[in-house]
Amino acid sequence: MNMTNLAVWQQMQASPLVWVTLTLCVYILAQTLYRRSGSHPALLPIFTSVVLIVGVLLLSGTPFPVYEQGTSLLLFMIGPATVALAVPLYSQLPRLKALWKPIAVALVVGCFTAIVSAVAIAWAFGASAETMLSLAPKSATLPIAIEVAALTGGIPSLTTVAVGITGITGAIMTGPILKLFKLSDPVIHGFTKGLSAHAIGTARALQVGETNGAFSALGLCLNGIATALATPLVLRLLGF
Amino acid sequence: MPVICVLALLLGLQLVGEWVVRLTGMPLPGGLIGLLLLLGGLVWLGRLPIALRQTTHHVLQHLILFFIPAVAGVMLHFELLMHEWLPFVLACVGGTVITITATALTLSWMLKRQRSAAQA
Repeated sequence: MNMTNLAVWQQMQASPLVWVTLTLCVYILAQTLYRRSGSHPALLPIFTSVVLIVGVLLLSGTPFPVYEQGTSLLLFMIGPATVALAVPLYSQLPRLKALWKPIAVALVVGCFTAIVSAVAIAWAFGASAETMLSLAPKSATLPIAIEVAALTGGIPSLTTVAVGITGITGAIMTGPILKLFKLSDPVIHGFTKGLSAHAIGTARALQVGETNGAFSALGLCLNGIATALATPLVLRLLGF
Repeated sequence: MPVICVLALLLGLQLVGEWVVRLTGMPLPGGLIGLLLLLGGLVWLGRLPIALRQTTHHVLQHLILFFIPAVAGVMLHFELLMHEWLPFVLACVGGTVITITATALTLSWMLKRQRSAAQA
C-alpha cells in the first residue's frame, strides 16, 4: 500500500534526518548569502539561519521540542568543539604568556561589566527577577551560561536566547566600536569578541584571522570560567 | 583514520571532563575541563600533531552550526519577550556594547602600559 505524502511527513517528523538536513541546508544557504554580501554584518550566518529555521517551524506548525529532539546531534557537538578550542589557544601560547597581565586585568573588568551591566539595565527597565537572573551569565559560552542560570535561579532556555542575542550583538558590534576608538590590534579585537560574544564572536574571529581567532578562543574560555565563578558572587552582592 | 582518532580524543577528553565535574560538583561544563586537559597535553607534548590541527580546524570553522538549534529556541519565548522585550533586548544589546567598550579599552590601556614599561 502506498502512503500519502502527508503520512510520510508525519512519520519522518520524528526522525533527525529531516531536521539535521534542514539545519545543514539552511546553514549552507546562510553562509553563501554572507559570503556573497562581502561579510555584511546584518547577514551573520547564525542570525539568518535562526530566522529561516524559526520561519520553517512556524509555517509547518512544528513544535520546537520536535525540532530540538531532531537536532540533538548538533547540540551534542558543542562539547567536543569546545575541547577543540585548545588547538588555536596552543598555537598562540608564546604570545599569551607574554601578555598574561594585561589579559588578566581586562578579563576581570570585562567579566564584572558583562554581569552587572546586563542585570542593571534589565532592572532599570522593570524586568522581573527571573529575567534578570537569566540575563546575568549571558556573555559566557552556552553550556556554561545554562549551567550557571540553573544554579542561580534563572530560566535556562531564556538564558539561551540572551546568549544568542549577546553573541550576535558582540560579533556585529565589536568591529565598529573598536574602530571608533581607533583600535586595530587583532589581539584586542579577538579577546574582546571572545569575552563579550563567546562562541558566536569566536566563530567570526576565526574567519578574520589566526591571531584574532586564538585570542577570541582565549576570551571565551577565560570568561566562561570567570562567569561561572563570579555570577553567584555578583548576584549576592546585588541583593538576589 | 586520523579524523576518527581526533574525534575519539575530543570526545574522550570531554568524557573525562564530565566525570570530574560530576565528581566534584563544579558548576562548569565538562567540555571546558576537556579543553584545559587538551591544552595541558599539548604543552606536555611540545608540538601540535597535524591530524589534530586539520580536524579541529574544520570543526571550528563551522562552530556556529552547532548553536543554531539552541538559539532557535527563541521561539519558545515569544510571549515573555512580548511583555519584557524592552528590558531584555536592551540588557543584551546595551550590556554587550558596554562590555565590549570596557574590555577593549582596559586591554588597550594595559598593553600600552606594558609596552612603555618594557621600553623604560
